[in-house]
Amino acid sequence: MPILTAGTTAPEFSLHVTPDQKLSLNELRGKPVVLVFYPADWSPVCGDELSVFNEILPELLKYKAALVAISVDGAWCHDAFAKHKHLHFPLLSDFEPKGVTARAYGAYREADGVCERALFVIDGNGVIAWSYCSPVAVSPGADGILQALEALPK
Amino acid sequence: MSKLAIPVTKHDHIQGDLSVACNLVEYGDYECPSCGSVQPVIHQLQKRFGDQLSFVFRNFPLREIHPWAEAAAELAEFAATQGKFWEMHDLLFANQDNLGEATFRALSEELELKESEVQHGLSSGIYKKRIDADFSGGVRSGVNGTPTFFLNGDRYDASTDFESIAAVMEQVLISDGD
Repeated sequence: MPILTAGTTAPEFSLHVTPDQKLSLNELRGKPVVLVFYPADWSPVCGDELSVFNEILPELLKYKAALVAISVDGAWCHDAFAKHKHLHFPLLSDFEPKGVTARAYGAYREADGVCERALFVIDGNGVIAWSYCSPVAVSPGADGILQALEALPK
Repeated sequence: MSKLAIPVTKHDHIQGDLSVACNLVEYGDYECPSCGSVQPVIHQLQKRFGDQLSFVFRNFPLREIHPWAEAAAELAEFAATQGKFWEMHDLLFANQDNLGEATFRALSEELELKESEVQHGLSSGIYKKRIDADFSGGVRSGVNGTPTFFLNGDRYDASTDFESIAAVMEQVLISDGD
């Protein structure tokens, strides 16, 4: 299944953001959400991708947007990775049942058992405004995200 | 495909002539090991393509993971005002494992930059502004890590070894810049 496209209601999720806390999409309702699916903590491309997104958080604030990233790694793995990379945004664990959220967005690589490298911008009403799936070996950068946020109705 | 959002102008740090058929822009970070290891590749490409290639360096310091990247970039920008950008750029990469105040002082001395002028220049904040502008333009162009290259304005996503980049440049030159 290809990734969900603009105009689709973003599927709800509630995933571990720390070993003892969960975050749900509906908690972020009212502001734009940048949802980043990525294959794995610690892989060289993902490290680059998330480091770039980490540096654009001040720009996202201008749009009052929240950034959350999702992979199938467990919460403890995320914790170590986020500390190592000094990440200042939540990493969610699509860990058990594995990949359910990624599948709902069409962003799961069945053959590899990991998420696609897919980006979604969701508007304040919970509707997907823009989506993009990058080749798995290519970090997508943030240009498309910023253009999509810019294009949201003010 | 992601495209260079900020066109190259004479205000960039450029090696070579902007009017040539092949222009390579690097967004880089002085503390990034991958940027350090790609330096010899760029020198090789410059040797191979000579005056058919122009090369531009722009700043993309990943400050959260590289604590000295910003300061190093500011020092290079200061050196630029003394006509020594590329000398400092090369020295910073050559010393990227030891970045810090002591190394910055030693490199400034090596290039005969006056310590008082370096300090005065860095405290003014104007270099930080330029680096922020480079960074912001890079994000809008789809810079997706360091180093990121743009070949005639198109983001180059393939391998950064000499043979891979050279092969694409050959194609660009055959089609005369397109």
